[in-house]
Amino acid sequence: MTVQDIIKPENLVYEKSKLLTNKPFHYCPGCGHGTVHRIIAEVLEELGVGDRTIGVSPVGCAVMAYDYFDVDFAEAAHGRAPAVATGIKRVWPDKVVFSYQGDGDLAAIGTCETIHTCNRGENITMIFVNNGIYGMTGGQMAPTTLEGMKTATTPYGRKATLPAGAGFDGIPNNGYPLHITELIARLPGTKYVTRQAVYDPAHVRNAKKAIRKAFENQINGKSGVNFVEIVSNCNSNWKMEPVAANKWLVENMLPEYPLGDIKVDGKLVEK
Amino acid sequence: MGELKLMKGNEALAEAAIRYGADAYFGYPITPQSEVIEYLSEQNPYERTGMVVLQAESELAAINMVYGAGASGKRVMTSSSSPGVCLKQEGLAYIAGAEVPCVFADVVRGGPGLGTIQPSQADYFQNTKGGGNGDYRNIVLAPASVQEMCDFVALGFDLAFKYRMAACILSDGAIGQMMEKVVLPEQKARMTDEEIKAKYPWAINGRKNGTQHRIITSLDLDSAKMEEHNMNLQKKYKEVEANEVRYEMIDCDDAEYVFVAYGSSARIAQKSVQLGRAAGLKVGLLRPITLWPYPSKAIESLIDKGVKGFLSVELSCGQMIEDVRLACNGRVKAEHYGRVGGIIHTPEEVLEAMKKQIIGE
Repeated sequence: MTVQDIIKPENLVYEKSKLLTNKPFHYCPGCGHGTVHRIIAEVLEELGVGDRTIGVSPVGCAVMAYDYFDVDFAEAAHGRAPAVATGIKRVWPDKVVFSYQGDGDLAAIGTCETIHTCNRGENITMIFVNNGIYGMTGGQMAPTTLEGMKTATTPYGRKATLPAGAGFDGIPNNGYPLHITELIARLPGTKYVTRQAVYDPAHVRNAKKAIRKAFENQINGKSGVNFVEIVSNCNSNWKMEPVAANKWLVENMLPEYPLGDIKVDGKLVEK
Repeated sequence: MGELKLMKGNEALAEAAIRYGADAYFGYPITPQSEVIEYLSEQNPYERTGMVVLQAESELAAINMVYGAGASGKRVMTSSSSPGVCLKQEGLAYIAGAEVPCVFADVVRGGPGLGTIQPSQADYFQNTKGGGNGDYRNIVLAPASVQEMCDFVALGFDLAFKYRMAACILSDGAIGQMMEKVVLPEQKARMTDEEIKAKYPWAINGRKNGTQHRIITSLDLDSAKMEEHNMNLQKKYKEVEANEVRYEMIDCDDAEYVFVAYGSSARIAQKSVQLGRAAGLKVGLLRPITLWPYPSKAIESLIDKGVKGFLSVELSCGQMIEDVRLACNGRVKAEHYGRVGGIIHTPEEVLEAMKKQIIGE
């Protein structure tokens, strides 16, 4: 097969979603955001809801997500995406509304909005990308940073309590990795809560299925937050090459944040 | 002629929002304005007109719900009181930057901090000079009666959508809590989704097939574009300053000395004018209705006509006086008088202050 044959329309096997613009991603090579964007766009296109979808982007690396999705978009203040999405959905209940947030946005500065949006059972889809670090500001500790993990603000590793020595041991320090997803799964307002990853093709497929369900639930339902956490990487701020970062993710992030459905159709999944 | 009723200022504000055809109200309780959300909840506006009323988890959440709903082209309102309005400043800066129309009311109480629940006018700076980050303005309307609490809802929405910016209704605990008769307007129909889509092409409510997606954001990392955006905002603010100044003058035609007061202080100063006139003093009252844009030209014209001094009467330690002095530009004397902490000045002490500080014995 020549190159000319390969590019013939009849030989097309895969194409970029029509709901992604032609703007090149600003994300670092190896970052999970690009993949998550792609599968969201594909799902929205497959569901045929591009014309009635409104997205809400966070403050963080995905702040300019609005440039990449060819759907209407609002950029929210840090942590407030669920409130902005609530405002939109309440006055346009027939639209498909989703928020897209990172760990600092959703689980630190926006914890209040996250919990109350979930508790009200807003009929929206929330996408939560957890890479255990603040990416855009240059690698500071996130609420989901693992214990012992080195960041710009925990240069000696995150320590829940101060270590032994000088009589300070046991005094509260950086606290513990926050399992916000398990927390909101306990709220009656959440309908579907799942944790996925995009570090290899099999997990990308699973994540896409989960995102599809999270949007289908919204389209077919009247209430209940559909919440998809994606455990992702930040190879730049983890200071690793992309492949090494994904390996580290599997070995370190996944034991702390195990993958799988946590709540389906409003019922907690028995483990 | 609409319906005549006896109502609290806060209730009139709420009823006016329903009758204007507002699409949503997002708020959080705080004294002295909790009647707004209580009244709205009791009235079941979702059944009356389809208006959404939601008690948010915080003022932060409320203003960001306003941001989302306003960005989608709907008529949306929130209200709070001073410390709550502090929390809304983040959202208001985003609303200004992203040019989202909305109405918010500040029923002011004493500060700083938790202060007191009693009336105050010490949020003048907060609302007229910014409060959030960046170079921006909000239109600020100052009602002096329950009737104006009602009327300024419609005016606020009209201006907010005309200029794609926030309009603030800046009242205080006295105007919010007092009962007066009010003529309520006829019920207007809410705009249909089709009307909104046709009228506000910028709004994010689902792009039309084949058209460019719309984006509501206050961010641009390209400095040249950000400068251009800021210049465009300033151009818009100049237009508001040229077209939307509103004020009232009482007994100013032959006045030599003029009280400048808004809101509840204007009601008190109005009585001071009567007392002064009865005592043979040529005093008048300039009542700014828009605090931004400020009626600076009205002050200049009064000086041109021979006014020799102004007393800015405010329930604060002196905030609006700065705008009065800027307008006077050193040509005549301008001083401040006001009680704070929840104490309301009497017409007699206001007149006394005019005699002492401006006229001279």
